[in-house]
Amino acid sequence: MNAVYLAQDPTLADFGKDPWWLVLIKVVFAFVVAVLATLLGVWFERRVVGRMAVRPGPNQAGPFGLLQTLADGMKMAFKEDILPKAADKVVFFFAPTISVICAVTALSVVPFGPMVSIFGHHTPLQVTDVPVSVLVLLACSSMGIYGIVLGGWASGSTYPLLGGLRSTAQMISYEVAMGLSIVAVFMTAGTMSTSGIVAAQGDATRLTILGTEVPAPGWYAILLLPSFIIFFISTVGETNRAPFDLPEAESELVAGYMTEYSSLKFALYMLSEYVAMVTMSAVTTTLFLGGWRAPWPITLWEGANSGWWPLLWFFGKVIALVFVFVWLRGTLPRLRYDQFMRFGWKVLLPINLVWILVLAGLRSIEGWQTRDRLLATAIGAGVLLLATLLWPSRKPKPKRSLQEQANSRPHGSFPLPPMDLQVPPSPRTKRVVAEREPANVTAGSDSREV
Amino acid sequence: MTTQTVLAAAGGVSGGEEVTFYILAPLALIGAIGMVVARSAVHSALWLVLTMLCLGVFYVLQAGPFIGMVQIIVYTGAIMMLFLFVLMLVGRDASDSLIETLRGQRVAAVLLGLGFAGLVGGGLYRALDGVQAVGLEQANAEGNVQGIARLLFTKYVFAFELTSALLITAAVGAMVLAHVERRKEDKMDQVATMKARFAPGNYPGPKPGPGVFATSSSVATPARLPDGRLTERGISTILPVRELTAEETSLKGTDK
Repeated sequence: MNAVYLAQDPTLADFGKDPWWLVLIKVVFAFVVAVLATLLGVWFERRVVGRMAVRPGPNQAGPFGLLQTLADGMKMAFKEDILPKAADKVVFFFAPTISVICAVTALSVVPFGPMVSIFGHHTPLQVTDVPVSVLVLLACSSMGIYGIVLGGWASGSTYPLLGGLRSTAQMISYEVAMGLSIVAVFMTAGTMSTSGIVAAQGDATRLTILGTEVPAPGWYAILLLPSFIIFFISTVGETNRAPFDLPEAESELVAGYMTEYSSLKFALYMLSEYVAMVTMSAVTTTLFLGGWRAPWPITLWEGANSGWWPLLWFFGKVIALVFVFVWLRGTLPRLRYDQFMRFGWKVLLPINLVWILVLAGLRSIEGWQTRDRLLATAIGAGVLLLATLLWPSRKPKPKRSLQEQANSRPHGSFPLPPMDLQVPPSPRTKRVVAEREPANVTAGSDSREV
Repeated sequence: MTTQTVLAAAGGVSGGEEVTFYILAPLALIGAIGMVVARSAVHSALWLVLTMLCLGVFYVLQAGPFIGMVQIIVYTGAIMMLFLFVLMLVGRDASDSLIETLRGQRVAAVLLGLGFAGLVGGGLYRALDGVQAVGLEQANAEGNVQGIARLLFTKYVFAFELTSALLITAAVGAMVLAHVERRKEDKMDQVATMKARFAPGNYPGPKPGPGVFATSSSVATPARLPDGRLTERGISTILPVRELTAEETSLKGTDK
């Protein structure tokens, strides 16, 4: 039985055998997924954020307001397309297209499902896969930065330039953390192809709990929890989403790199942002949440991981992740820029490096004898313990009392109010009390307590 | 292994590979020429990006998917981005300056370039002459990434580590040179800033705006205090003090 389901797993040898029309269908499918994801994603985000803010959100155009984004898009197309006088015309035109192309291309190596049969052809539900698929994803996201930085520069205006530079610095910084957290996945899966990583998360070891056999989760989100957390934080930074949407901080930079963009070019930036959000969710699903594989209770049904069903699990996971993106936006305030950069370089990066070191150590002692393994772990733990104990402590100086601080001020300082100052009650509260009618004017004998 | 890898290993050229090459090779050349010809520094960098992207695809076609992707991520994505960063910070109209700032720079550059070309040519000649190529099939036998990893971490591990040490030294050196270290005592936190602000002898309120209660609204005009005296506190220190010429003080004739 097991062999039948393993055969559903596409390997690298299954790719590159499709006829041209099948390739075309797959490419169009990926593109339609991207565009539909934007149309529904904007609606989804506005509805969810609306619900979180206790208001209905868009609910007029179409059922449940589903056509709101379409209407907005149509309106955007008919707006005037403004080209600033100081703009670099060619680059100004190409910048948004670079963003969109890179965001959509990344979807081509994302596995949507296992081997399926399309018009008699046995083919994996994925546009293509190469031995270095995850690097293709990284390349797409690093090329996507060009769209933003060039858009900011070509506008020939100060705020877009600052927004573009800011967003570039942000994306480059968080790409480092992202790349490092993928390293742990490579080390565990032993492959860089996305279909291989999904397959590697499938074969779980079985645990026996209370007499019943329960498959231990093979998801890397559980096995490599630190990597997963860091990866997800970096994807939020990489997609310029709240709370890391510093390039578009309205109070500081108007709209950041897209300040000068209008009409369809602005729509392209909008499209690329939402496609990037969905792509990143799909990549997170693939790398850490088992891809198209069904989660545990569903796998009790034997047909869960074959045929077209995995498409459902895959999109379920992606929508759940997109919901988390929206949830973050509805919950957290925007970070300050220096705090954000410090978080990326001084927190995420060192934790990631230490975690990779620990993981490499654990993997290299895997095949040893139990005694040697214990010894190696004890030495590692001992070193860690010594380092924690001998770490120079930064004890804060005892805090001086307010009176001492006030006394130590030099002569002629700005005057302070006396320490025992009694603030008189506000005259306004008195007036409110005075203007109130007494409540028990017409009180009868039996209702004295009113 | 993809079909392309298999085909390249077998020495054959598939139709797709040929088409890709004939599309991208002219683009790579156009990018290279455009980089030299372009007037604006940013355009020049963008042409270079085009060439590097094409090179990355060529590597993938030549059965080196790992090196191709690394070319795109590292060179196009990171290094050229930093170039663009610097160019944009310098300003969009910065064009090439033809004045030689270092004496003998050009001669030295030509000599070094020739020397480097000679080194690369000599190395290539020796490699083609003496070494028997095992072929891609054998090199990629256990996968492209695994093959590179095996060579890097066994045979060439010393050279690899030495190069990385050199790069790290250069990076740390650049940081040390560019970084201005402030002593711990000199750093002012919020409390210290406020204490200095309310210290005796310092007026804690905001500085008067230039030109406030003055005869002109120019930023160079000192503000007038309530008692009629002029104060220099409102004027930015970067404004140089100079004597006005007769032409500057006369009426401009803007209001007819």
